[in-house]
Amino acid sequence: MSATATTSRSMRNDARRAAVRAGLTRGWLETKYSITSASDLVWILAFPVIYAVVLLFMRGSTVPGTDFALGAMVLPSLVGMSIAFGGLTGPASTIAVDREDGTLLRAKATPNGMVGYLVGKILMFALTTLVGLIVLVIPAVTVASELRLDGRTVVLLALVFLVGMIATVPISVALGSLLKSASQTGLLFLGSMLLIVPSGIFYPITALPEWLQWVGQAFPYYWLGLGARSAMLPESMVTAEIGESWRTFEMFAVLGLWAVVGMVLAPIVLRRMARRESGSTVAAARERYMAKGY
Amino acid sequence: MSARNGPRPSSDVALDVRDLRMRYGTKDVLKGVSFAAQRGEVVALLGPNGAGKTTTIEILEGFRMRSAGDVLVLGQDPAHGDETWRARLGVVLQSWRDHGRWRVRDLLGYLARFYVPYSTPEVSRPWDVEELIRVVGLAEQANAKVQTLSGGQRRRLDVAIGIVGRPELVFLDEPTAGFDPHARREFHDLVHRLADFENTTVLLTTHDLDEAEKLADRILVLDGGTVVANGSAEQLARELTTQAEVRWTSGGHRNIHAVAEGDPTGFVRQLLAGDPEVTDLEVKRASLEDTYMALVHRAEAYRPESDGVGPDPAEQDQTQGEQVQDQQADPNRAEQSEGVQS
Repeated sequence: MSATATTSRSMRNDARRAAVRAGLTRGWLETKYSITSASDLVWILAFPVIYAVVLLFMRGSTVPGTDFALGAMVLPSLVGMSIAFGGLTGPASTIAVDREDGTLLRAKATPNGMVGYLVGKILMFALTTLVGLIVLVIPAVTVASELRLDGRTVVLLALVFLVGMIATVPISVALGSLLKSASQTGLLFLGSMLLIVPSGIFYPITALPEWLQWVGQAFPYYWLGLGARSAMLPESMVTAEIGESWRTFEMFAVLGLWAVVGMVLAPIVLRRMARRESGSTVAAARERYMAKGY
Repeated sequence: MSARNGPRPSSDVALDVRDLRMRYGTKDVLKGVSFAAQRGEVVALLGPNGAGKTTTIEILEGFRMRSAGDVLVLGQDPAHGDETWRARLGVVLQSWRDHGRWRVRDLLGYLARFYVPYSTPEVSRPWDVEELIRVVGLAEQANAKVQTLSGGQRRRLDVAIGIVGRPELVFLDEPTAGFDPHARREFHDLVHRLADFENTTVLLTTHDLDEAEKLADRILVLDGGTVVANGSAEQLARELTTQAEVRWTSGGHRNIHAVAEGDPTGFVRQLLAGDPEVTDLEVKRASLEDTYMALVHRAEAYRPESDGVGPDPAEQDQTQGEQVQDQQADPNRAEQSEGVQS
């Protein structure tokens, strides 16, 4: 009896491992498909292009009261924003679309298919976000001399990226599961845009009214921007921050909290949503789509 | 869950459904459906629109929670089916836009990997992907993106995905809806091959009698949430077609008598005994097709009132009545079925 129980448990573990490995394949394949597709490339390249334009306009301008180039100041904030944007909006809209077109149902019909699906998505968003960040380096070269670039920068940036992904992807998956249809993903983009206002990414948070500062500090955008600034800006720039500190501990604490909330919520919401999926719900979505014509 | 009454089915039984009931709000969609399927059998659930075919198959697939009844699919309750059980099933879904950017070989190869740990000495899983691609006739499209496939090719890919884990039992819901005759024929060949060479049990739903006759060893006719007939096409013809016409000539007059119920033999015996001048005697039964069409018409005439759905022109444009019916009911259904299970 116990022998068979052990066998079935080891079989279950084998199956999960196989699903995780399949998920890694999925993530890699989807990344490959994504970066070779014109419509996705537009998104991946959007930030680098915008930044290049911003740099052009900010040529010669400095942060008020200092001789620090404004263009260099914006770069770390953009890095933080790329991470947050990639992690928060991407998975949510993908989940909503995949639910409508039957991708999730296929995952559900496959043994451990959901495990493979989630691993694949996380890897894909990490990789495509990373590609966007790397491309951002190209326009950034022009301001490289202003930045602090050493071993600490690399380690801190890698950590911010990793923690940022863990803090945003699960929350995004949960949000996407709550959407009723793929056409509602526009709301998420709108919400993200609104949250960027008090995030301190394009406008120093210390110049905002205090209540808005608190709103900004409740969301990952601000902290990811701060984390990237603390990694890339020279020590002297700390004076522009709240409390004149990089608040590294607080940054990891708040992002960690978001990660925990996301990891607790995402499986519950996702399971609840996936349980409802069946052939006829997908057929109904298709019918809705055909009837509306978009 | 509840203890099952009666003897446990032997391992030769792939599907065992007893008194399956499904209720959405106040509407009973399934009112006690019972049937079984042996290993290797191809069973068609045939019925008019809204008969409960899709609901039945989705309960068996483990995608819907039933309201009541005992269901065993490969020996397990689908409401509590684990991943090992899932690995023995094949669900052929209708693809739409999913995995559109994937290449055919990549997608099948990816899905095949999930089944490797479930390989047993009896059933080696999964299918070899290259072989499977050949079997479903997609060798030339192996490197094509899914979104570039034609409707028929995509459907064959759906079947390939459904059987990539070498399932013991395959579910097909309205598999040939929207097919041209050629694609339909190819699809039928594929299903025959599955059942013959792989000894796979197949449960399919269709509202097309012709398709059920061509594919299935056994046909279950579902109407108004109950099984009204169960058997081979010949048995069905006998069970369902109760109407018969008796025609004869007597004293220069042609006579017609309709026997609404039961066996016309008794009437004929009486007739011959009572009237020695009878000539040109003919006894004609309604064909299975006539009977089935009558059933479909009746179901369709009842439907709008019973649902309380007004005559919406958009609905009437639909030819796939079954799907439309399910879709309309669906948003509520999903909510309610959640309530049932929690």
